[in-house]
Amino acid sequence: MQPHLSWDLVEDVRQMLAFPFMVNALRAGTLVAVVAGAIGWVMVLRRQSFAGHTLAVVGFPGAAAAIWLGVATGWGYYGACIASALVIAALPPSARRGGLGGFGEESAVIGTVQAFALACGFLFVSLYHGFLSGLTNLLFGTISGVTGTQVQVLLLAALPCLVVLAVLGRPLLFASIDPDLAGARGVPVRLVGALFLLMLAVAAAGTSQITGSLLVFALLVTPAATAHRLTARPALGVGLSVGFALVASWVGMTVAFYSPYPIGFWVTTVTFAGYLLATGWRLAADRVGQRRRPGSAVASAAARGMPA
Amino acid sequence: MSGNPGQLRVDAVGPVSDSAAALPAPAVELTDVAARLGGHRVFSYVTLTVRPGEFVALLGPNGAGKSTLLKVILGLVGHTTGTVTVLGAPAGRRNRAIGYLPQRHAFDADTRIRGIDIVRLGLDGHRWGTPVPLLSRLLRPAHHRQAGQRLAEVIDLVGAGAYARRPIGQCSGGEQQRLLIAQALIRRPELLILDEPLDSLDVPSQAGISALIQDICRTQRVAVLMVAHDVNPILPYLDQVIYLARGGAVMGRPAEVITSDTLTTLYGTPVDVLRDRAGRLVVVGQPDAPAHHPGPSR
Ligand SMILES: Nc1ncnc2c1ncn2[C@@H]1O[C@H](COP(=O)(O)OP(=O)(O)OP(=O)(O)O)[C@@H](O)[C@H]1O
Ligand SMILES: [Mg+2]
Repeated sequence: MQPHLSWDLVEDVRQMLAFPFMVNALRAGTLVAVVAGAIGWVMVLRRQSFAGHTLAVVGFPGAAAAIWLGVATGWGYYGACIASALVIAALPPSARRGGLGGFGEESAVIGTVQAFALACGFLFVSLYHGFLSGLTNLLFGTISGVTGTQVQVLLLAALPCLVVLAVLGRPLLFASIDPDLAGARGVPVRLVGALFLLMLAVAAAGTSQITGSLLVFALLVTPAATAHRLTARPALGVGLSVGFALVASWVGMTVAFYSPYPIGFWVTTVTFAGYLLATGWRLAADRVGQRRRPGSAVASAAARGMPA
Repeated sequence: MSGNPGQLRVDAVGPVSDSAAALPAPAVELTDVAARLGGHRVFSYVTLTVRPGEFVALLGPNGAGKSTLLKVILGLVGHTTGTVTVLGAPAGRRNRAIGYLPQRHAFDADTRIRGIDIVRLGLDGHRWGTPVPLLSRLLRPAHHRQAGQRLAEVIDLVGAGAYARRPIGQCSGGEQQRLLIAQALIRRPELLILDEPLDSLDVPSQAGISALIQDICRTQRVAVLMVAHDVNPILPYLDQVIYLARGGAVMGRPAEVITSDTLTTLYGTPVDVLRDRAGRLVVVGQPDAPAHHPGPSR
């Protein structure tokens, strides 16, 4: 039976849920969105998007190698991402504030590693003859291949990740905003940073399995960046970020089900639209806010311009 | 570098009060402390005592090791010789009873976290767990209310009410500084360690914050150790000053330490201290950095 879209949304959803693979995909998408939304909010706060992207791209050769060796791709994603997170965490801390290990803002290092990872991935794909069609799935995501076991693995990875995030929450926020002060107050800043990288690896590996390695940012960065635009309250921000990621994931899957294009494309489109709206809203709100308190805006501008 | 920094040690002029017996236990006590950073000796033979209720300024040129000395007291930088006792324990043990304001550069303009949340981190930021505002209001209403009250109190104290709910990246440097001072005060610390708190404040704000810190120091018997580049805003309040230069330190009453003779001995070059009609001190001829200083400190 070929599904076709009608104006009856309930009927559309019912039709979609009649396919077991679609139920799996929606479960997986939900798990992945919750983790990516929450971890992504902290990642954007810590300015570690580069690290997040590197981890995601490194997942690609991992998955390709897994296919070549005949293991489930999940192992490849998690293995490669977690291993590279451990490597980044072990790098000597950079002198720059906000930097992560030696990775700081060294986009040259990041670029080199990412290019090499993509090349390795392509090598493994080629070594496994006749799999070139799977390349698109690995890079841009798929909804058709999600198995029940894969959903279980995603759940097993997501739960500890969320529990650790909840336990670390406040010290992680403290160490992200003000590492010096947090360190003085007894927060193990280095350890907290390393644990966060591990959580980021889990989030990136999970998200890769839905959106593909190249479009991980659709769930990991864009909803979080949108939430940061909309609110400066941490709790609300994390909530919004998770909410946006969930909506994007569900809408993306539904549209992907009824269209020939990969899910990664649709999730990206939805989150990007949301980001544009939030940015517009922010600009408008800031302008209104400035008009409302012209005195203080001028005063603070003057204070900023004045030499100390 | 000429001379052994040990020579620079002018015998610590000691606590100012007259009756030694009635003195409370010192909040900070350093004896012959030396510290190294990246293979360089930053200072050595530093001996100082700060008692509860005392307001002490730490002065010295860029790169003299003022921030490093504070970090030694906090246990963030190890000392190679001597002993460090802070609030009755070795350095680093009682940091939660210390209000610390690190020397800083402003938050990035796109840091979108409210000032009030950052002040709040001063209260319980080190505790594991994730606070959910709604849940804590339901489950621990008394605790929730108390924390909220204390938060409002310190924000009011530093006069940051107007911008505490704005993202901190959008606050001016001076506004950020006030919020961070509130963060240092929120736990009612026994010891305040402030690294250039008056930096980036305008002249009236400098006077206001200095008076506020002096008030907390006197009424709550808090020991205050403050790094400053300009001693004048705090001069009337100071019990002691510590002058750090060329790897050594001198401590004593401002009138004893900020003199041409003492500073000339400390720097090893002629230094003049002038006093204008308003009683403001001007130090002339002070070299900018210690001889071994390898380059800009940051
Ligand atoms: N991490 C580090 N590694 C090596 N040397 C360091 C390090 N941090 C500081 N230093 C050096 O130690 C010396 C003291 O630095 P410190 O920051 O304590 O100076 P300061 O008196 O606070 O100066 P400023 O007035 O500029 O804040 C400087 O010469 C600096 O270059
Ligand atoms: Mg300093």
